Amino acid sequence: MKVLVAVKRVVDYNVKVRVKADQSGVDIADVKFSMNPFDEIAIEEAVRLKEKGVATEVIAVSMGVAQCQETLRTALAMGADRAIHVQSDAELQPLAVAKLLKAICDKEQPQLVILGKQAIDDDCNQTGQMLAALAGWSQGTFASKVEISGSDISVIREVDGGLQTVALKLPAIVTTDLRLNEPRYATLPNIMKAKKKPLDAVTPEALGVDVTPRLKTLKVTEPPKRKGGIKVKTIGELVDKLKNEARVI
Amino acid sequence: MDFSTNENHQSIREAIERICEQFDDEYWLKKDRDGGFPRDFYQAFVDNGWLGICIPEEYGGSGLGISEACIMMQAISASGAGLSGASALHMNIFGLNPVVVFATEEQKQRMLPPLIQGRDQACFAVTEPDAGLNTLKLKTKAVRDGDRYIISGQKIWISTAQVANKMLILARTTPAEEVKHPTHGLSLFYTNIDRDYVQAHEIEKMGRKCVDSNQLFLDGLPVSVEDRIGEEGKGFEYILHGLNPERLLIASEAVGLGKAALRRAVDYAKERVVFDRPIGKNQAIQHPLAQNWIELEAAELMIRKAAWLYDNGQPCGAEANAAKYLGAESAFKACQTAMTTHGGMGYAKEYHVERYMREVMIPRIAPVSPQLILCFIAEKVLGLPKSY
Ligand SMILES: Cc1cc2nc3c(=O)[nH]c(=O)nc-3n(C[C@H](O)[C@H](O)[C@H](O)COP(=O)(O)OP(=O)(O)OC[C@H]3O[C@@H](n4cnc5c(N)ncnc54)[C@H](O)[C@@H]3O)c2cc1C
Repeated sequence: MKVLVAVKRVVDYNVKVRVKADQSGVDIADVKFSMNPFDEIAIEEAVRLKEKGVATEVIAVSMGVAQCQETLRTALAMGADRAIHVQSDAELQPLAVAKLLKAICDKEQPQLVILGKQAIDDDCNQTGQMLAALAGWSQGTFASKVEISGSDISVIREVDGGLQTVALKLPAIVTTDLRLNEPRYATLPNIMKAKKKPLDAVTPEALGVDVTPRLKTLKVTEPPKRKGGIKVKTIGELVDKLKNEARVI
Repeated sequence: MDFSTNENHQSIREAIERICEQFDDEYWLKKDRDGGFPRDFYQAFVDNGWLGICIPEEYGGSGLGISEACIMMQAISASGAGLSGASALHMNIFGLNPVVVFATEEQKQRMLPPLIQGRDQACFAVTEPDAGLNTLKLKTKAVRDGDRYIISGQKIWISTAQVANKMLILARTTPAEEVKHPTHGLSLFYTNIDRDYVQAHEIEKMGRKCVDSNQLFLDGLPVSVEDRIGEEGKGFEYILHGLNPERLLIASEAVGLGKAALRRAVDYAKERVVFDRPIGKNQAIQHPLAQNWIELEAAELMIRKAAWLYDNGQPCGAEANAAKYLGAESAFKACQTAMTTHGGMGYAKEYHVERYMREVMIPRIAPVSPQLILCFIAEKVLGLPKSY
């Protein structure tokens, strides 16, 4: 069974991003980029499936600028067998990415596609679901446990208020939540081996996908500064403030 | 000349940063206070294959050059692990190079894999109390007795001798009076630290509490001939071979620490408001920081150049010494600026820069002092009379 894993190059989670003066987006000049943490979990899950003998091949896919190849090398160093880079300098929105993935699925015929539930840059949480719709495959999103036996796959999902178990048929889409696993580090020997693994580059045009953005960002602003806390004197005052000021109860 | 980003270097740096993230400032603050070898930190590098970075692939390593090892050590130090983190690993990154280059195939098979796998940990025993920087005056004796040698004498400052089980030791096999050339007569051994014959007394020191340094008393330590590296009497030459790369590693560790100090100082200068303005708005605060950046970058470039020369089999003595000098001195200045930029808080442990200040003295002093580097450059590069 082939497993396809989508990995995105995002601003590193340790970077404190700043909004650009013209509010068109965040300033990404000279900031550190790394693999979206949810996608690391996705790669880890796929590699574990391979180690268990469930998967036969793990293919990492990334879309975007040339530097996405660095992210793919990390995926290869973590244990993916080969990589595909869909090269594009355009702003790639979730629908475009889902269509590109669909085109790659048509070509590669994986039985399972694992994605992060969201990317930590735009927090869209859409690509996996869109891909499921485009491919007509079943989906298990926000996975905290994945088990495969034959053509059945059971996914435990993290939902509001608890866990939900869904039974799916392959081929399927899984999106990862934080607790699915703890991704390994790329070891030095594997970093070196990754350099020799195949990495193919394609373009959206070659895949026949129109990636023109459908959404327009009007404005990006800093979140409001957190105000200092206050002390309340009585329980009554606390309840009152929670009700009328914070409006949380 | 090619200054484009090197993909190997970048992936090494990023991978190291990831490992170091789990060992944060609080971890090192605690280690600095309580001591105790950073075993979990060490193990993380073993588990991810980093100890073999410079060891050939046929012995389980990755066969990379000193350039890559420098990137690794700088990234470790720059993470805030400083010399505490770097020294924990240092000896086991390049220290066994004399074994790689001069040992027999049987010895390499026996000695290298256990080091990479973390089953063996080695220390490096050269310095002696009565010889100082004049290594040719080493007195520790190795006397041949059948198929073994008996080693007796004293060593000082031997780092990690409390926790290591192996040592690479330089000892005299021919008395100084009897050798034809002053560099002859010393031999190199890689052997067990048999505690029945070796006592290690930890030296209380200024910083880097978690990585011990010791006075060693060797009293009749038997060492099999099989543990002698290369020919008898040529140990000094073997050690010399590895000195330049070692200087580059320590220079990289210094630059990493200098960069950590600079980063903290800059952050503080941006945030600390006095006289209604961030202190970083004052040129008296800005300029020293800018100067530190310039000097650290220059040191890093010199390291890259020297490492490139070494990896390409070219002589690099002048460049490696210059890199060690620039690295240690620029890092020292950066630590000093970081402390003064923090004002009173620079003196508080909580802000970490005082620890950096104590640690940055190590790459200044060891393995060779700035004075001796200047002596070397004056003699070998400028052609002035030898002064030492
Ligand atoms: C924390 C730490 C860890 C160490 N770890 C190890 C280790 O693991 N293994 C090991 O073998 N060694 C180790 N060392 C030892 C270190 O390499 C030596 O301390 C260093 O080489 C200096 O030798 P010395 O202390 O004997 O100084 P000395 O030789 O006594 O020199 C003292 C001072 O005199 C100056 N000086 C001497 N001669 C001249 C001259 N001709 N011209 C100008 N100036 C001169 C020197 O520059 C220096 O400033 C360590 C040292 C420290 C501090």
